[in-house]
Amino acid sequence: MVEEVPTDKAELDARFTELYRRHVRDVYSYSYYRVGNHYDAEDLTEQTFLQAYRHFERALRESDGRPLRPWLIRIAHNLAANFYRDRSRKPESAIEDAGLISAPHTTESLVEGREELKAILEGVSQLPDDRREALIMRFALGMDNREIARALGRTDGATKVLLHRAIRQLEGMVSTNGNEESGR
Amino acid sequence: MSSGTTDFEALLREALTPVDPPEDLTARMELKLVNLTELAQEELEAWELSAMRDPRNWVRPAAAVVIGAGAGTALVVLRVRSRHRTRKQQSSSRFDLAQRTLQDIRVEARRILPNR
Repeated sequence: MVEEVPTDKAELDARFTELYRRHVRDVYSYSYYRVGNHYDAEDLTEQTFLQAYRHFERALRESDGRPLRPWLIRIAHNLAANFYRDRSRKPESAIEDAGLISAPHTTESLVEGREELKAILEGVSQLPDDRREALIMRFALGMDNREIARALGRTDGATKVLLHRAIRQLEGMVSTNGNEESGR
Repeated sequence: MSSGTTDFEALLREALTPVDPPEDLTARMELKLVNLTELAQEELEAWELSAMRDPRNWVRPAAAVVIGAGAGTALVVLRVRSRHRTRKQQSSSRFDLAQRTLQDIRVEARRILPNR
C-alpha cells in the first residue's frame, strides 16, 4: 500500500507535529543513552527533528505506510556518529551526568540504590557501538527486530543475532564485575 | 528461553528506562527555530533552510508549554545579531558562518533563558 502524502502544506505540518509528539521521547531517550548527558541529548534531538522536517515529505512518500520511527532513529544515529567524529570523543557514562540538567526524572534517580542496574548501565556504555545501539533501541525504546533492522540498515536475521550477542556479552560483563566485587 | 535470560532482560529493561525530555525542550526548540528563520536567512543558506517550509508551523502546535516571545527572547536575538559582523570575519565559509550563528544562539538562549 502506498502512503497517501498530503499535498497541502498545513496538512503536512500537522502530520509532522503528530510525528514529533509521538516520538520526541524516543528520540530523546536514544540521544541521551548515546551521548550520556542531557545537554548534548537536547541538541541531538533538535538536530534530528530539523533534519526530519527537511526530508519529511520524501520519507512519507517512500515509507509505503510503514512506521517512521526507524527513520527518525536512523537520523539520530547518523547525527550521533558525526557528533563523536567531530568532537573526537567517546560516549560518557549514562549515569554520571544524568542530573546535570533538570528533567522530569533521570536515570540516576531511577537506578538509585540499585547496584545491579548501575552495573548494567555501566556495561552498556562499554559495549561496541552497534551492540549498545541495538540494546538501547530494544529496551529503552521498545523497538522490535524489524524496526531495529531498518534503523541500523541490517537484515532482520542479522539484527536478531546482534541483539542476542549483545545481551550475552553484557550479561557476561555484569556477572564478571559482580564476582570481582564480591571477591574483594 | 531460560528464566535467567528472562530475568536479565527484565533488569535490562529496568535499567534502560525511557528518559523524558525536559518539559521546556519544545519551547527552546521553537525559540531557536524562530531565531534561525528570522535573523539568519542569509547565513543559513548553507543549511538549505531557505528551501524548508516554516518550522514554526509544527513546533508551535507541538509545544507542551505556552511561552510568549518576551523580553528574554528579544534579548537573545539582539545579542546574536550584534555579533554578526564578528562571526562573518571569523568564518571561513558560509557553512562555517551558519554553524557559528547556531552556536551563538545556543549559548545566548541558555544564558538568558535558562529555564526555557
